[in-house]
Amino acid sequence: MEPLREWQEQLEETTLGPSRTTTPAYYGLVAFLLAVLGWGIYAYYIQVRDGLVVTGMNDRISWGLYITMFVFFIGISHAGTLISAILRVSNATWRTPITRMAEFITVVALSTGALFVIVDLGRPDRLMNVLVYGRWQSPIVWDVVAVTTYLTASLIYLYLPMIPDLAFFRDRFANGSSRIRRVFYRVLALDWAGTDRQKHSLHRAIAVMMILIIPIAVSVHTVVSWIFAMTLREAWNSTIFGFFFVAGAIYSGIATLIIVMAILRKAYRLERYLTLTHFLNLGYLLAAMAAVMIYANISEYVTTGFKLEEGGEFLFRQLFVAEFAPFFWFYLIGGLLIPPAFMLVKRMRRIGAIVTAAVFVDLGMWVERYFIVVTGLRAPLLPYEPASYAPTWVEWSITAGGFALFALLITVFVKFFPIMAVWEMTEERKATTGVAEPTSVGSGETP
Amino acid sequence: MERSKAFRPLMAAAVGVGCVGVTIGWFAGGAPAAIALVAIAWVLWFAAIMRRGADPGRDPVTRGAVPVGDGVRVVDRRSALRLFGFFALTYGPFRGIPRMLESVLGVEGATVSAQIPDAPPARIRQWMMIIDLRSCDGCQSIGSPPRCTQACIEGHLAPEPMEWIEVFEDELEGEGTRFLPIPCQQCQNPPCVNVCPVAATFSTPEGLVLIDQDRCIGCRICMAACPYDRRFFNWGDPPVPSDALLAEYDVEAQVPARKGTVMKCDFCPDMVRAGALPYCLQACPNRAIYYGDLEEDVASNGREVVSASRFLAGSDAFRLKEELGTQPRVFYIPGHGEAVGREPTTGGRMATVWPWSDVASGSRSWSR
Repeated sequence: MEPLREWQEQLEETTLGPSRTTTPAYYGLVAFLLAVLGWGIYAYYIQVRDGLVVTGMNDRISWGLYITMFVFFIGISHAGTLISAILRVSNATWRTPITRMAEFITVVALSTGALFVIVDLGRPDRLMNVLVYGRWQSPIVWDVVAVTTYLTASLIYLYLPMIPDLAFFRDRFANGSSRIRRVFYRVLALDWAGTDRQKHSLHRAIAVMMILIIPIAVSVHTVVSWIFAMTLREAWNSTIFGFFFVAGAIYSGIATLIIVMAILRKAYRLERYLTLTHFLNLGYLLAAMAAVMIYANISEYVTTGFKLEEGGEFLFRQLFVAEFAPFFWFYLIGGLLIPPAFMLVKRMRRIGAIVTAAVFVDLGMWVERYFIVVTGLRAPLLPYEPASYAPTWVEWSITAGGFALFALLITVFVKFFPIMAVWEMTEERKATTGVAEPTSVGSGETP
Repeated sequence: MERSKAFRPLMAAAVGVGCVGVTIGWFAGGAPAAIALVAIAWVLWFAAIMRRGADPGRDPVTRGAVPVGDGVRVVDRRSALRLFGFFALTYGPFRGIPRMLESVLGVEGATVSAQIPDAPPARIRQWMMIIDLRSCDGCQSIGSPPRCTQACIEGHLAPEPMEWIEVFEDELEGEGTRFLPIPCQQCQNPPCVNVCPVAATFSTPEGLVLIDQDRCIGCRICMAACPYDRRFFNWGDPPVPSDALLAEYDVEAQVPARKGTVMKCDFCPDMVRAGALPYCLQACPNRAIYYGDLEEDVASNGREVVSASRFLAGSDAFRLKEELGTQPRVFYIPGHGEAVGREPTTGGRMATVWPWSDVASGSRSWSR
C-alpha cells in the first residue's frame, strides 16, 4: 500500500485545489446562480410592494409554494445530522470523506428554508413581533425556537471538526496570499497546533455536539409537521405526522447529499476519496429510509382510507384518482418504490444509477411536501366548491431564487473551506494501515 | 502575549457573553437571541481552551485522559449533566410576553386591556348569536343579495371580496337546500387564538375573538387552523372606499384594513355596548338573527326579546362542527326558510356586491 505521507500529501493537494485555482466555469456558474437569485429578489421586491396578491394563494388555499419550500429545505437539512452525527456516534469510519459536505448542506438548507417562512409572511416588516410578543403555545414559535437552535448547533457542529483543517489552510496560505485570507484562516483556526491536549478538547467537544444534535434535529422536523398537525384539518389530523416528516426529511436529506457529492466529485476530481463504496453505502441507507417511508405511507393512508370518515373521501379522491393523481402516483412509484428498487438490482449498483435514484427521491419528496400543504388546505370546510391554487411567476421566481441560493452558498463554500475532513481522513487512514507515524495535519507552528 | 495569558480574556469574554445570553433568556424571553449568545459564548470558551492547549509548555492532558482518535467515549456523566443544566437554564424561561425586549425596542402594540373598555364590575357580558334558519331564505323573496352580508360589508367597510358573514347554500337530506349565514363562530376554545404566534388574535373577557391588525405578522396559520373558513386575508392593499383610510384604527372596528393582515367578523361589541344591534341583524328582512348575552340570558332580533336558554332548548338548536370541541357562540335553529314561505327546492342566491363607487388608490382586488 502507498505510504501514508504520500497519500496524505495527495489528499491535501486535492483539498486545497478548489481554493487555489478558479476556473472560468466556476465564475460562469456563480454568475448564473447570482442572476437567478437576483431575479428571485426582484420578484420578492414586487411581492413586498404589492402584497401577497401577486401570488396564487387565496383565502382558502392560504399556503402554497413557499411553505412547501420551507418544509422541503428543512427536510434536506437532515442530511448532515444523519450522516455525520449518527455515523459518528456509531463509529462508521467510511463517513469521514463525506461528513463535511453533509454538515454544510445542513447549514445551507436550514438558512434557505428559514428564509422561505419570512418570504411567506404578509408583514415581513413585523418579523420582530415573534420575538417581542412570542407565545410559546404557538406551533410557529416552537418552529422558531427549534430551527434557531438547530441552525446554531449545526453551525458549531460544522465548525468544530473543521478547525484542524482550517489550521492546515492557515499554514498553507501563510505565505503569498492576501492579508485578509491569512487573517481569515488564522482567526478561524483558533491557535490549533495539533497538540494532544487540543485534540482531546476537540474530541470532547465534537462528542458533545454529535449527541446533542440528534434530538435537536428530530425535534425540528417534528415541530415543522406540527404547524399542520395542530390545526383542525382532516388531512393533517394525524398522530404519525411528526415521525412521517422526520423520516421524509432524512430520506430527502440523504438523496440531496448523494447529488451534491456526485457534483463535487466530478467538479473537483475527488474520485479517489468519494468512491463507489460511499455511494453504495448511502444508497443502502436511502433504500432503508425508503422502506421506512413506504411503511409510514401505508400506516397513514390505510388507517384513514379503510374507514373513510366524512371528508376523507374527498382527500382520497383528489390524491389517488382526481386532480392530483398523476403527481401523487409519481411520488408513490417514482419517489418511494423505484429508488430502493435500484439498489436491489446488482447491475444498478453504480454511481450513475444511485444518483438517478437520488434525483427521483428529491423530486418525489418535493411533490409530497407540496401535496401535504395544498391538498390539505383544498378540502372544503363549508359547502363551497373546492378552491384552486396555481403558483404565479412571482412564486416560481422566488422558488428558483431559493434553489439558486442553496447552490450558490455551496459553491462559495467549497472555494473558501476544506471540503473534506483531511485530518479525520488521515487519522482514519493511520488507524487502518497501522502506521504510527505522527504526521498530524496543521502541526507546524505558525510562522 | 503568552498563549496561556491570552487564555484569560477569552474565557472572561465567554463567561460574559454566556451570562448575557442566559439573562436575555430569563428576563426578556428572547429564546433565539439567547441561543445565539450562548452558542457564541460556547465557541469563545472553546477558543480559550484551544489557546491554552496550543501552549507546548504545558502538560498534554490533565484530566480524564482519553486516547486521541477515540471520538466517542469522551462524554462523562458530569459533563453531560452540566450540559443539560445549561440547556435548562437557557430554555426554561421562555414563556409569556417578553416585556423587557418590548420596552427596549420601544415596540408599542395595542394591548388587549387598552382596547377593551373596563366592563362593569358586576357583569361581564357573554355575547352570543342565534340564527333561526327557519326564517332565512337567503333574501330570495326580496330579490337581493343576502342583506346581512351587504349590511356588514357596508357598515364595516369590509374589503372586497371579504364576506365576514357569508350565506352558504347547503344540501339537505333528500332534495333541496337550506341557507346558512355563517359569521365568525366566536369559539370559546378558539383554534385560531391557540396557534397565533404573536397573540394578534385573542379572546376577550366577553367571549369574543378579535384581531389586532397592528400586531398581525400575516403568517396565516390562524386561517389554516379555523375550521369554519371565517378568516380573510388582505392579500394586497385592501380595496375599500377611500374614506376608510381616514378612520382611526380600532381593534373592534378593524378600519382601516391593513395589507398583509387577517380580518374577520368581530361581533360588533362596540355597537352593542352603545345600544345598537349588529349590522347583519339590523338588515335581516326576516329577523332571523338574534344577538344576545348568555350572562343575562337574553337575546333579541330587534323586534322581540327572548330568553336565550329557553329559546335554544325549545327549538333543537345546534352548533356547527360541535364535535371539534371549539365551543362556538353561534347557535343555529334548523330550518330552510319555511317560516317565510321558502320551498327547499328553490335554489340560488344573488351574488354579494361591494358597492364602493370609489376605491382607495393603489388597491388591488383578488378573488377568494
